[in-house]
Amino acid sequence: MNTTWSRFNITSIVLGFAFLYLPIVLLVVFSFNASKLVTVWGGFSTKWYVSLFHNQGLMDAAWVTIRVGLVSATVATVLGTLGALALTRYTRFRGRVLFSGMIFAPLVMPDVITGLSLLLLFVAIGLDRGLLTVMLAHITFTMCFVAVVVQSRLITLDRSLEEAAMDLGAPPVKTFFQVTLPVIMPAIVSGWMLAFTLSLDDLVVASFASGPGATTLPMKIYSQVRLGVTPEINAACTLLIAIVALGVLTASVVNKRREVQRRRDEQAAQRG
Amino acid sequence: MSNETFSSIDAAPLTAVEKSAAARLGAAFVNRLVIIVPYVWLLFFFLIPFIIVFKISLSQTAIAIPPYAPVLGFGDGVAGFIGQLKQLGLDNYVWLTQDPLYFYAYVSSVVIAAISTVLTLLVGYPVAYGMARAPASLRPTLLMLVILPFWTSFLIRVYAWIGILKPEGLLNQFLLGIGVIHEPLIILNTYTAIFIGIVYSYLPFMVLPLYSALEKMDYSLIEAAKDLGCPPTAAFWKITFPLSLPGVIAGCLLVFIPAVGEFVIPDLLGGSQTLMIGKTLWNEFFSNRDWPVSSAVAVILLLLLIVPIVLFQQAQARAQEQGR
Repeated sequence: MNTTWSRFNITSIVLGFAFLYLPIVLLVVFSFNASKLVTVWGGFSTKWYVSLFHNQGLMDAAWVTIRVGLVSATVATVLGTLGALALTRYTRFRGRVLFSGMIFAPLVMPDVITGLSLLLLFVAIGLDRGLLTVMLAHITFTMCFVAVVVQSRLITLDRSLEEAAMDLGAPPVKTFFQVTLPVIMPAIVSGWMLAFTLSLDDLVVASFASGPGATTLPMKIYSQVRLGVTPEINAACTLLIAIVALGVLTASVVNKRREVQRRRDEQAAQRG
Repeated sequence: MSNETFSSIDAAPLTAVEKSAAARLGAAFVNRLVIIVPYVWLLFFFLIPFIIVFKISLSQTAIAIPPYAPVLGFGDGVAGFIGQLKQLGLDNYVWLTQDPLYFYAYVSSVVIAAISTVLTLLVGYPVAYGMARAPASLRPTLLMLVILPFWTSFLIRVYAWIGILKPEGLLNQFLLGIGVIHEPLIILNTYTAIFIGIVYSYLPFMVLPLYSALEKMDYSLIEAAKDLGCPPTAAFWKITFPLSLPGVIAGCLLVFIPAVGEFVIPDLLGGSQTLMIGKTLWNEFFSNRDWPVSSAVAVILLLLLIVPIVLFQQAQARAQEQGR
């Protein structure tokens, strides 16, 4: 295999990853720029981070975003997991085509359409726009991503484990909670994280669904970016990147440990 | 331990038959809930909103809250409701055909999305191919590196390009510095910037399905072709590319469909001179506050995208069947 990994392959990977990462790296580097001009280096400084924490508007928006993200990711994970179960376990029920359509369509639906349609729904049912409507909107489009992630795990799941549990007399609900759920847990966790970052990231749907008093961080960043690029925004973006990177790193370390533990257990079981 | 004793005490008064009947009843109820809860949620928050969009696209603009008329309701009885229905009309759609702005916006969105999709494929294919041929021990790390940018904010990644592409930005500083150009290139606020933005933002969506198709491929086929005297280029077009076609299709749809309705990229990188329908819809809604016209714009956009969306769903369903 090593011999077929030619110079061309390596070059294309290096260039591809440089393209993916260079803009982010530059953004992070220039958040430590002492100069107010974003693209001219004026020495190292952390002053933009200090001024960031004194920017009440940004801090409020960050708090709104975190609350929306936590609530909507959690509800979306429950609904998305149910949706994934419905799709993989029940191959025949009335309206299944419509159901799978409603799960897959939001994945590619342009944000402007999703946002506009949800806003018009909220107006039609007389729901005041605010934190709640943003949460409802985020639950709706992120649950489909959770469903797809969990579904891909459920498809490859070894059903014999569940059958064994049921043969031994475990009722289906108990089987689900004690056998199925622990096995698909990693997929559910990554589904939650995906839903959380999608919610953290969303500008368009939130702009439509939000009302006074519920400005999310992307909305705030967007309105400031339109006025011009500032090092303060670079600093805010760097912090967001750091948080996400930390989360992803922790998750992968935990996963790796669990994997090692599982292998050890398996070896012990074989020896025993 | 305590759990076991607990359940055995619990189960004691029931006979085995009763127990399994109860379990089956409970299971039937749970089964139904598993389907009904997400189903009802999506019906209410995904399907019904589209019906409302369609209805409002037939309404008139009004200076009121909400800013359209008629607001359907049974306040005036059935006769009143029918009277309200009669007020609906195709005026907004006629308006869309009369102003060439909308037509150009649709056409340029589709063209921009198509060109960007091809560019993303051209950039993504070598990357995915290199990843699939990488040593197996390295592949999870490479995969992680492709997914990682996806976890960082889309808005931030687009924003990062402003600082690079500006006339006094980093790219121009670099090119002027090494003496390749003598005047700064104007890239920001042009279609080129939109292409760069879309290719950059959607690259992981292209690489991931391509990689999963290429990774499954049996490379002994290529070696067999080589042994039989087939030149590498011909082997690529006759073996590799056809076998990776499901990944190509999935990747292209994942890029093309959202790119047609893209708002953030044309707004931040394209400036006011570039035309895309997502931006038109946004302005129609937030600047002109014309809800019926923006609804009509959304309905036409959805009609444009319905064929690619159905194709995407079929590809998803096929992948699901194969996974079984």
